[in-house]
Amino acid sequence: MPRDVAIASFASLVEPRFDGDEVEVLAPVIGEALRAARLERRDVGFTVSGSCDYLGGRPFSFVMALDAVGAWPPIRESHVEMDGAWALYEAWVALQHGDIDVALVYAFGRSTQGNLYEVLSAQLDPYTVAPLGIDARSMAALQARAMLDAKRCTERDMAAVAARSRGGDVEALLAAPYVASPLRAHDCGPAYDAVAAVVLVAGDRAKQCCDRPAWIRGIDHRIEPHALGTRDLARSPSVELAGERAGVRKAPVDVAEIDAPFSHQEILVRSALGLGPTTRVNPSGGSLAAWPYIVSGLLRLGEAARAIHTGKARRAVAHATSGPCLQQNLVCVMEASDG
Amino acid sequence: MAERCAVIGIGQTKHTAKRDDVSIPGLVREAAMRALDDAELTWRDIDAVVIGKAPDMFEGVMMPELLLADALGAVGKPMMRVHTAGSVGGSTAIVAAHLVQAGIHQRVLTVAFEKQSESDAMWALSPKYPFQPPLVAGAGGFFAPLIRAYIRRSGAPDDVGMRVAVKDRLNALKNPYAHLHMADISMDSVRASPMLWDPVRYLETCPSSDGACALVLASDEAAKRSPRAPAWVRGTAVRSEPTHFAGRNQVDPRAGRECAADVYKQAGITDPRKQLDAAEIYVPFSWFEPMWLENLGFAADGEGWKMTVEGATALDGDMPVNPSGGVLSTNPIGASGMIRFAEAALQVRGMAGEHQVPGAKLAMGHAYGGASQFFAMWVVGSERP
Repeated sequence: MPRDVAIASFASLVEPRFDGDEVEVLAPVIGEALRAARLERRDVGFTVSGSCDYLGGRPFSFVMALDAVGAWPPIRESHVEMDGAWALYEAWVALQHGDIDVALVYAFGRSTQGNLYEVLSAQLDPYTVAPLGIDARSMAALQARAMLDAKRCTERDMAAVAARSRGGDVEALLAAPYVASPLRAHDCGPAYDAVAAVVLVAGDRAKQCCDRPAWIRGIDHRIEPHALGTRDLARSPSVELAGERAGVRKAPVDVAEIDAPFSHQEILVRSALGLGPTTRVNPSGGSLAAWPYIVSGLLRLGEAARAIHTGKARRAVAHATSGPCLQQNLVCVMEASDG
Repeated sequence: MAERCAVIGIGQTKHTAKRDDVSIPGLVREAAMRALDDAELTWRDIDAVVIGKAPDMFEGVMMPELLLADALGAVGKPMMRVHTAGSVGGSTAIVAAHLVQAGIHQRVLTVAFEKQSESDAMWALSPKYPFQPPLVAGAGGFFAPLIRAYIRRSGAPDDVGMRVAVKDRLNALKNPYAHLHMADISMDSVRASPMLWDPVRYLETCPSSDGACALVLASDEAAKRSPRAPAWVRGTAVRSEPTHFAGRNQVDPRAGRECAADVYKQAGITDPRKQLDAAEIYVPFSWFEPMWLENLGFAADGEGWKMTVEGATALDGDMPVNPSGGVLSTNPIGASGMIRFAEAALQVRGMAGEHQVPGAKLAMGHAYGGASQFFAMWVVGSERP
């Protein structure tokens, strides 16, 4: 039986472009998350972060960020070169078996340092695919085309997602030219800079740290093959499996935060999770309104928790993704105590 | 409450300067299949995969777990990628162990690797940052001043590093997976090798290797069905501290001391030199053996070098250190920490072959990274806790 763990607080800074370096922007956000949980640095038993060297174009970007945490006296700390959502998963695991009650999770990334779509090409098979120079938006377009061909959505459905997430009129959006057919500009989340911090607290202590804790009732993640040609891009078996293991369908979902930087991906994930028409999807605007790579998944977890903290939801689902065309996915179900 | 966890499968590649016969997926798969064979399991038996490696720029592949999902049989399973600088091989194994200790999975495959020949680690370690003077000195240039500080503080004779270099390379001759097999190594040849970063000579530094290491970690229930002796995880610990601040003791970092104290407490160790039968310690430059002996509590302050000089750390000494030949003989950077953890497990399973410490029951694996600021350690034993 898993130990009860809750997201007790969440803080973030999401901007079109940061001035200053990561430590400068990260330190106040971490401080804000700890204060919101009525905790101090010394209360944290385990710290884990997510970041990606290729965004800043330098190795060990997580090392300097440690200064934002104030790792003195020495701390128990870890890092994943993945979206912060997986850092949260590592922290949740540590809280399951360890002698600690409080974990700090953070993620940071400046997607605006280069051309994000081209940077992401460095994820591809270096022998057979990366040399082709296909970028992330082009691959997402292949997936959107596969969904259109499979009649899983229409361009109008995609525009409707965009209109809800970032504003605009569907007819006007559909009149815009393609940027990578069948994707239009509104179908692609703009690269942003962001930092995010989440405090996880286990057991009864969570109630002291938060008036309305967002209890994690299920969390799971799954990966699919790397080569696009081996996948049915119009489906997401990894979201289906992770959603099932996390227990998404056990009860109605009030709010879902889906990490979909391309409009068709929200439709795909929503369907793979089996969310009904009463679920409010991405009230925050989601990754279509702002796509800070490596942070966007942790932001979804934080925003879903915030919906519970503020009483806007009793049961919420968060989704995070990694890799081309939703290759890897994480799903987390959270509930209020009365959820 | 933590569940029991054991190592039931271990696999390594033959480490070498350049594995141009395999791709990156081919390299990691080779180690993973050997670990599965050791455990007499198939891909189907594995619940989750945790991989680790040093910076992505070492191979030029961003977030390589995406590329490696197929080669490591992870499709449809959870897969994670850990990166904690040089300590990553150790901390990756610890993340995998936590998945078992938390009762989430029964069998976890964990793999660490580096294919250094794909690029130039020296370049990747020495980028030019805006508004900062470029160091362009690699790891050796960074650590040499710490070694000089150690020599000055301890009054160690100048041949201690050379002794470590010879001892570890002779041990490596007994390890078929070691990169360097230097049958003619001697104090004279080490002394005659070029000075790279005073006082570190060419033969006192680690090689650049292509290699991978894999472990199968199992729950109590799964370990009971293991065909070969398990190595039981008796304790795991990680600690980190900042890179720079005034007064930081970089020679004898507090994070290392506290990490060791934590792991010893979990394993019931009060006198590590007496109770541990073998230690695989991360020594990329020869002098780090005496430095870490003190940091880890095997010797009093300023006296680690005496253990080296007296032969205590030799394979037939009372506290064998790096019977495998260590990082000085094999350094696929991201895998080097996991190789330490794996070699400690091989010792307590009695499966270390020619470099076996007779009757080893309790052993330590140690890894460090960054500016001597990230530490990962575990203690494994032959007896079920």
